[in-house]
Amino acid sequence: MSATVETIEAMERPPVTMSSRLDGELLEVSMGPQHPSTHGVFRMNVALEGEIVRKLKPVFGYLHRNHEQIGENTTYLGSMPYTDRLDYFCSMTNNWAYALSVEKLAGIEVPERAEYLRVILAELTRLQNHASLLGFLLSDMGAWGTPLMYAFREREKILDLFESLSGSRMMCDYMRFGGCRVDASDEWLAAAKQIVDRFPKFLDEFEALILQNEIVIARTQNVGKLSPELAISAGITGPMLRACGVNYDIRKVDRYGIYPRFKFRVPLGDHGDTYDRLMMRALEMRESVEILKQALPQIPAGPIVNPKVKVRAFRPPAGEAYGRIEAPKGELGFYLISDGGPNPYRYRVRPPSFINLTILEDLCLGHVVADVMVILGSIDIVMGEVDR
Amino acid sequence: METLEQIKNRAELAARGAKIDIVVNPGPSQQSSLLIDPGHAIAVATLLRDHPALSFDFCSNVTGVDWLDRVVKKTAKVKQVVDGVEKEVDQTTEEKIPGYLEAVYHLYSIKLKHGPLIIRMRTANRAEGVRLPSLTPVWRSAELQEREIFDLYGIQFDGHPDLRRILMWDEFKDHPMRKDYVQPDDFEWEPTPHDEVLDRAKQHYPPRPQVDGAEQITSHSDVATPNK
Repeated sequence: MSATVETIEAMERPPVTMSSRLDGELLEVSMGPQHPSTHGVFRMNVALEGEIVRKLKPVFGYLHRNHEQIGENTTYLGSMPYTDRLDYFCSMTNNWAYALSVEKLAGIEVPERAEYLRVILAELTRLQNHASLLGFLLSDMGAWGTPLMYAFREREKILDLFESLSGSRMMCDYMRFGGCRVDASDEWLAAAKQIVDRFPKFLDEFEALILQNEIVIARTQNVGKLSPELAISAGITGPMLRACGVNYDIRKVDRYGIYPRFKFRVPLGDHGDTYDRLMMRALEMRESVEILKQALPQIPAGPIVNPKVKVRAFRPPAGEAYGRIEAPKGELGFYLISDGGPNPYRYRVRPPSFINLTILEDLCLGHVVADVMVILGSIDIVMGEVDR
Repeated sequence: METLEQIKNRAELAARGAKIDIVVNPGPSQQSSLLIDPGHAIAVATLLRDHPALSFDFCSNVTGVDWLDRVVKKTAKVKQVVDGVEKEVDQTTEEKIPGYLEAVYHLYSIKLKHGPLIIRMRTANRAEGVRLPSLTPVWRSAELQEREIFDLYGIQFDGHPDLRRILMWDEFKDHPMRKDYVQPDDFEWEPTPHDEVLDRAKQHYPPRPQVDGAEQITSHSDVATPNK
């Protein structure tokens, strides 16, 4: 499936010239950490030749609190609410990745209703993450206010659902080892269905508003091109990898949870530029809606948590496990080593947006400094996860 | 995916002299791993990436693990002559395993859609400046993650293009993810200390000098006064 609308020839970017250079000297600028378009406390040291980026070094660690060590000093369950704070847009998928890893580590089965709830909540999370990312990205491009508010209006509806189910909008702490914490009522499912049914209307409106906008196309097409070879070698995952045309969706590859039961397509890009990455989010939202439309009516009655799992004195047998899911930002994995004790011996988070930043310099070289913000925005980072 | 035995044999044939062990995972996840000797790590990693039957082109997760010195107790039944009668007696032997640092790589294949293959490398000991070969030339995704291991565990990766601290600041000493890391005692003054905070306040802030006896007006046991 092609993600790019036809390029209008007049809009093709002129080749970057060096006319704006200042007597051949490189100017080093520190962008961030306090900058609205760095999405938190992220800093880039940029060497500029005029306006053209010649070198870029990302600087991390402003939000570092050694999440992994805190996870090793607390019980397995004690880390569950703390995973919400990694990527604080997607606490549901963080919970799921962690629960999945512990379930692999301890060999726990999950009841069917809980699997359905997990899929529903993960896809709702994907909807609200992608919607707000598109809003942020347009905000970075200078489309202040309107697109972001449109996106946040939809996001807020989904967060209301999360709140009525788990008690919290963003810090949901919803999944448990072997299931979920609370059951969803029929009213909740009906409300979710209503929001899902109305979501395509928002997508139509949003796409009409932005995705064929001349300025958006001019600012994003052919900006920050990523080749599939580099993307695979650099461990890029999620929509960013698929924008390069690499067909790799962990929902399809690992077939975790009950994803094989649902019919959905994996959108792929053609060019790997910023526009394809933007388009990937819009197309993935449509597929998430498809999954939700199948999952919501099918959900069976039954228990939501495996009764054999101990809540207190939960000690997985000695061993190790790596579990991963397709989070909205990419592959989110947890690597756990158990020595048979109540705390994990090693608790490691594989943060997708941190590893997606590996190639930030490669994407930005040769572009003007205003494009850096757009490229960074299209990577979709959250500093809670990048710095941990 | 081929079994670990097959991959091990293939790698040992291709990289001459490479010593590869299978580390068995006793848990239910059934994710056992290959222990690769650091001397041949680059050759083995390149083979894993480039061999058409393996093609592990995607290195997903790179991380460090710290293993302290430990003592493994083994109990074995031994026949012993006690008071002229032969008996079976439990004999415990203690085996000291010196500590080491480990780098663990989780590999997947995007081309063939299989995985994970877990490879690990171990340092000789846990001293400062222990070295392992960097696998960043093979998989670019290890770049930031090996920097993170260097930062938090202190493994020096030879051949890494840009090995600097990443999450901690450049002037920071020590490696906070090591199991024997001790947090710095950075107590901040608090206006109303109590309980263990009060004890620490007493250690950090000596009581004020008694100037005009005003401190004696109240005699709260909680207040840190020089007369107490």
